[in-house]
Amino acid sequence: MKLHGVTRTLLLSLLYIAVLAVLGQTLIPFIGPYYTQVLIFIGINITLAVSLNLILGFAGQFSIGHAGFMALGGYTSAAISFYFLGPLLAQLGTGGMIGAVGEPAALAVALLSGGIAASVAGLLVGIPTLRLRGDYLAIATLGMGEIIRVVILNTDFVGGARGFTDIPRWTTFTWVFLVAGLCVLVVRNLIASTMGRALIAVREDEDAAAAMGINTTRYKVFAFVLGAFFAGVAGGLQAHYLQYLHTNSFTFLRSIEIVVFVILGGGGSITGSVIAASVLTILPEALRCAESWRMVIYSALLVVMMLTRPQGLMGGREFQWSWLIPTWRKK
Amino acid sequence: MVRQMVKSNWLRGLALLVFALLAMSACSQNENVIRIGVFNSLTGGTATFGISSTNGIKMAVEEWNARGGILGKQIQLIVEDDQSKPEEAAMVVTKLINQNRVAAILGEVASSRTLAAAPIAQRAGIPLITPASTNPKVTKVGSYIFRVCYTDSFQGAVCARFAVERLGLKRLAILTDVKNDYSIGLADYFKRDAQLLGAQIVSEESYSEGDTDFRAQITSIKGTNPDVIFVPGYYTEAGLIAKQVAEQNMNVRLIGGDGWDSPRTVEIGGTAVEGAFFCNHYSAEDTSRMVRTFVANHVKKYGYVPDAMAPLSYDAAELLFTAIQKAGSIDGSKIRDAISQTRDFPGVCGNITIDAERNARKAAIMLQIDQGKLKVYDVIQP
Repeated sequence: MKLHGVTRTLLLSLLYIAVLAVLGQTLIPFIGPYYTQVLIFIGINITLAVSLNLILGFAGQFSIGHAGFMALGGYTSAAISFYFLGPLLAQLGTGGMIGAVGEPAALAVALLSGGIAASVAGLLVGIPTLRLRGDYLAIATLGMGEIIRVVILNTDFVGGARGFTDIPRWTTFTWVFLVAGLCVLVVRNLIASTMGRALIAVREDEDAAAAMGINTTRYKVFAFVLGAFFAGVAGGLQAHYLQYLHTNSFTFLRSIEIVVFVILGGGGSITGSVIAASVLTILPEALRCAESWRMVIYSALLVVMMLTRPQGLMGGREFQWSWLIPTWRKK
Repeated sequence: MVRQMVKSNWLRGLALLVFALLAMSACSQNENVIRIGVFNSLTGGTATFGISSTNGIKMAVEEWNARGGILGKQIQLIVEDDQSKPEEAAMVVTKLINQNRVAAILGEVASSRTLAAAPIAQRAGIPLITPASTNPKVTKVGSYIFRVCYTDSFQGAVCARFAVERLGLKRLAILTDVKNDYSIGLADYFKRDAQLLGAQIVSEESYSEGDTDFRAQITSIKGTNPDVIFVPGYYTEAGLIAKQVAEQNMNVRLIGGDGWDSPRTVEIGGTAVEGAFFCNHYSAEDTSRMVRTFVANHVKKYGYVPDAMAPLSYDAAELLFTAIQKAGSIDGSKIRDAISQTRDFPGVCGNITIDAERNARKAAIMLQIDQGKLKVYDVIQP
């Protein structure tokens, strides 16, 4: 039996959710807090990498302000939980229905508002700056990221320079990978649609795309807004996991880190971003035994990877299960 | 062909991942020691502070191990770098607690990183002592979080008492760095306590970190005829401010906080900072026996005179080891109780008493810059 389109996606999504729920109950208590934390950061980084890949890899817009959107989403969702949802939950109590669904529902609301705040900022910033190309756009997005950070640094009700403390701890393994899975699904389906084709056309040759009647600015802004949305949600997940936010986490170095995930995985490859984000999150942890040589080895590995595969790990391709099957048949 | 190539690279990635996981499990563990975790910024923006702090802790460990360790066991120090990033601090503290199973944690100079790590230690019931995080929120995280330095509020109050009571000066001006939380904190408490003591704040001006010209603010301050200008910023701006105050021929005393503790203050300020006072945790020129021994040992081991981070961290480690000894166990709650009962513990940076809020009550030192050297002018008790 061969399933098509919507049914297949729906079934696969349900299977994915079921697997996550089972893993959350069995694997997570088994592996302990440290490995769980590594997994959670992998999930957050996958979301960031795939959402930036939409902007950078598919639409071809060089943005280095992703950490800014992440900060905005993180602080917005944290503020909503801290000032509104947290007290509300405390008032409703932990009994019965509210005890069971209260926290997940509150986290969903917080993440959604974080995502929306980030995408609104993406829209406001995107409309004027996406007229720029290449280096100019990079510098404009860099400036935008810093503006967001400095504004937060001077906003007292989210902690200002002291940092935002006492954020409720609602993020779980299952939530992080639900968001990562959703991000992959949305980006994948978008790319396969008319809209995705238009984005790729813009990346390949903006003038030619415009000549074919594509409203290039509109598509670029759309990619930018959607990418910002997921970055904001990822920021919210981080905030509700660490229970603490400080603007030092969202400097342009963080943006560069996400750009590295995308370039290393291969611009325009979702599986590439997923693999690169996972490997580059695990690697610094695995190298802890090397002590002060750790970051040297890490950086050297980046250089080697870029020299051997300048087009990135996946080089614009996606992983297919069929790659694994012919191997056995041939041998 | 293409398919073959892509596949081999996919496998290469997988091999890397497996290698990484193997390396992760390779760190070995010895059960016959007491493991203490340290997290500090060994790389990144504030690496100098982190390295200095870690060096101080290492000195304490060597001394204890030479004397036979704690409870008959040697101390094994596990030092992790957080790259000056808050989320990395959370990562390494989770690792120290769950993978290395440390008995207690020492660390972070910067409040932002301590705040990211503190909830994790609190949840796990592992005591954490920070040597130099001055943000009042740090120890409010919970009952397992302590500090051995004083807070911003205490330092501001000390400077006010020094100006009003010790120097007898009543007309005070404040020049704050508005970009810097530490500076704002100090200024707020200075103002409050000075007014309580009956002094008058005649002028409040501000600047931003990175500014180089302060003449407008200084001219405005000069118009109010103050006796003292309080400059709770960092050394670069403090040196420049002192120079520009000297240009205006004002008869004022300059007072600063521990942000002035750098050789750069005198390098930049030159003769203009002569006679200025600032509040600090310790002075390398102090003639007390403990400070002399510490500075001599530090110079012997590392080859330079330590800044305040090394002795503060040394004190934190000494206090922790003494508490573990007293607790007679490496159980988290017993160590916590022993730390919170600390009274008049003799440290390099003064005697430490842990109060009910888990903060250190200790004396502050007022230093005066005298012919380019730092001289202890006064010791102010809490």
